[in-house]
Amino acid sequence: MFSIAMKMLFHDRAKFVGLVLGVAFSTLLINQQLGIFIGLISRAGAVVVDVPEADIWVMDPGVKNLDTIFPLRDTELGRVRGVPGVAWAVPLFKSNVTIRTGNGELEASLLIGVDDTTLIGLPPQILMGNIDDLRRPDAVAVSEEGFRKVWRGQPISLGNVAELNDRRAVVVAIVKDSPKFTSSITFFTRYSQALQYTNNGRNQMSFIVAKAAGDQTPEAVSANITARTGLKAMSSPAFRWKAIEYVIQNTGIPISIGTVVALGILVGIAVVGLMFNLFVLENLKQFAVLKAIGTSNLRLIGMVFLQAAVVGFVGFSVGLFGATMFFETAGKSPTFQGFFLPWYVAAGSGAVAAAIIVLAALFAMRRVLFVDPAIVFRG
Amino acid sequence: MTQPDNAAIAIECRDVIKDFGSGNAKQRVLHGIDLDIPIGATTFLVGPSGCGKTTLISIIAGLLTATSGSVRILGQEITKMRGGRVVRFRANNLGFIFQQFNLLPSLNAVENAAVSLVVRGSTLASAKRQAGVLLDRLGMEKNKWKYPNQLSGGQQQRVAIARALVHNPRIVISDEPTASLDAETGHEVMELLREVASGVDRAVVVVTHDNRIFPFADYIATMSDGRIHTFQKNSTNLSPNEISTDQR
Ligand SMILES: Nc1ncnc2c1ncn2[C@@H]1O[C@H](COP(=O)(O)OP(=O)(O)OP(=O)(O)O)[C@@H](O)[C@H]1O
Ligand SMILES: [Mg+2]
Repeated sequence: MFSIAMKMLFHDRAKFVGLVLGVAFSTLLINQQLGIFIGLISRAGAVVVDVPEADIWVMDPGVKNLDTIFPLRDTELGRVRGVPGVAWAVPLFKSNVTIRTGNGELEASLLIGVDDTTLIGLPPQILMGNIDDLRRPDAVAVSEEGFRKVWRGQPISLGNVAELNDRRAVVVAIVKDSPKFTSSITFFTRYSQALQYTNNGRNQMSFIVAKAAGDQTPEAVSANITARTGLKAMSSPAFRWKAIEYVIQNTGIPISIGTVVALGILVGIAVVGLMFNLFVLENLKQFAVLKAIGTSNLRLIGMVFLQAAVVGFVGFSVGLFGATMFFETAGKSPTFQGFFLPWYVAAGSGAVAAAIIVLAALFAMRRVLFVDPAIVFRG
Repeated sequence: MTQPDNAAIAIECRDVIKDFGSGNAKQRVLHGIDLDIPIGATTFLVGPSGCGKTTLISIIAGLLTATSGSVRILGQEITKMRGGRVVRFRANNLGFIFQQFNLLPSLNAVENAAVSLVVRGSTLASAKRQAGVLLDRLGMEKNKWKYPNQLSGGQQQRVAIARALVHNPRIVISDEPTASLDAETGHEVMELLREVASGVDRAVVVVTHDNRIFPFADYIATMSDGRIHTFQKNSTNLSPNEISTDQR
């Protein structure tokens, strides 16, 4: 019976392909858009991700995210270090600087100043060069993407000289950092060197990054820090989430992506529902014949659901394959660098595809259920 | 009304009434049908258009419920069976041949003929083997793998005959099997139907307008205005041999 159901389904190639494409389109859209969405908003917390050694971030009580910074007084570092449960604490500098590229254009870039002694704050992955060279005067490390933007067309190499706010900066290392929301050019240098590039004098600590002692949770130590110093302190995941939340609440990204996803689902339901209904309608006489010669309603419903399930499975596979290919190829371009397809998005889109199919089958099932087998004797 | 003498009864209709619609639109289509259809014979049901022939055989087949009355098939009261049992009863005991052939366009000839077995739970492969043998007997050796849209009307009706008989039902019901065919093809199809369908323990019921095929009937029941008028042994009945000679 089920092989007959399959033959019925594949008989009308055009309709089968249409049904499959309907599901595939929905699946592709959902995965591609949500993948991009998650990739995009994850960038909001990239600076936190790039300091995996630390699990606590300390900042001015008024700071809400990674982009609006108010400097801390130098004396706060000592106070934070004195809070029980703090294993270590180091300063971190973060500022936007303007850089002149190789062909004379100006680009916005991010400057991160890391602790002079420990160099904590450098991303873990060094692609080229020796990080100890950062201790030399005017030495900077640059992100791989940043190098490609500043020195367009040049092979990745060391020794290039840039101008950061009109001061010399010599590239001694290339690092792989997490893609940022705003700029893809990031320079890393020592904290003291960073102050010279921005020549703003004292009181320039953007954040203090710290580590909770082995036996304590970052959340508990953060609470201690706040209690003792009056500064805001948060665990790394919490701060990262705050940054992401800020983007979700303050940009049109969720709405625009949400709209596309909702449209994808709606179009999927409408197209697949209507087409499947049409498919069953066109084959209604056949279902009536099968009923007349002794096929039970349960069997017929089973056939309809099997047909729908096959459409759903093939469509979902095609759509998921398309989305995977998108992230495979697009993930290599700088714009979508680091974008991927989270498993939970794929699983969610699978649930949506299943829902579309069940809806379509339920909708069409009624016709099969109520078709009068007596019509087989009529023209 | 003559009843078949000393023949076993396959289908027994008693005071079968059928109304369509309700209230003012109510129309009585069958006015108390009494009819005994013998086993081991071919019975024709003839009468003017609209007299209720199709309605009657639909009720006999359990595809339509009678307003009142009783229909016993092979000793079982079909009007009292519940949905699932009627369906199973049909699958096991009935074979259908329709005017419009009603083959499944997505299946080839063998697969179409095999459907009645698949419906009863056979695998498609084994069903196709049996269907193939039967199609050979019906002169379809060369056309077994063709799809309905590649077959002539007569060939399609042969496939339909195979589908109606492959599961060896006790009762074969056929509504205007030759009406969509030209005279010669209709004659051929009836000849084949008679050859493969008739058997001592099988009843064949044929609804028809087509008096050219009357010679194939063992019994003829005439109907008009929702009533059975006559039921007679067919005097013009020809033995299968005679029909064949007649043709050549
Ligand atoms: N589902 C229905 N609803 C209402 N009236 C119906 C229905 N089916 C049949 N009828 C009516 O019942 C009467 C008998 O119809 P039926 O199809 O049984 O006639 P028939 O003898 O088979 O005719 P024909 O030789 O033209 O096939 C007709 O008047 C028809 O209009
Ligand atoms: Mg009729």
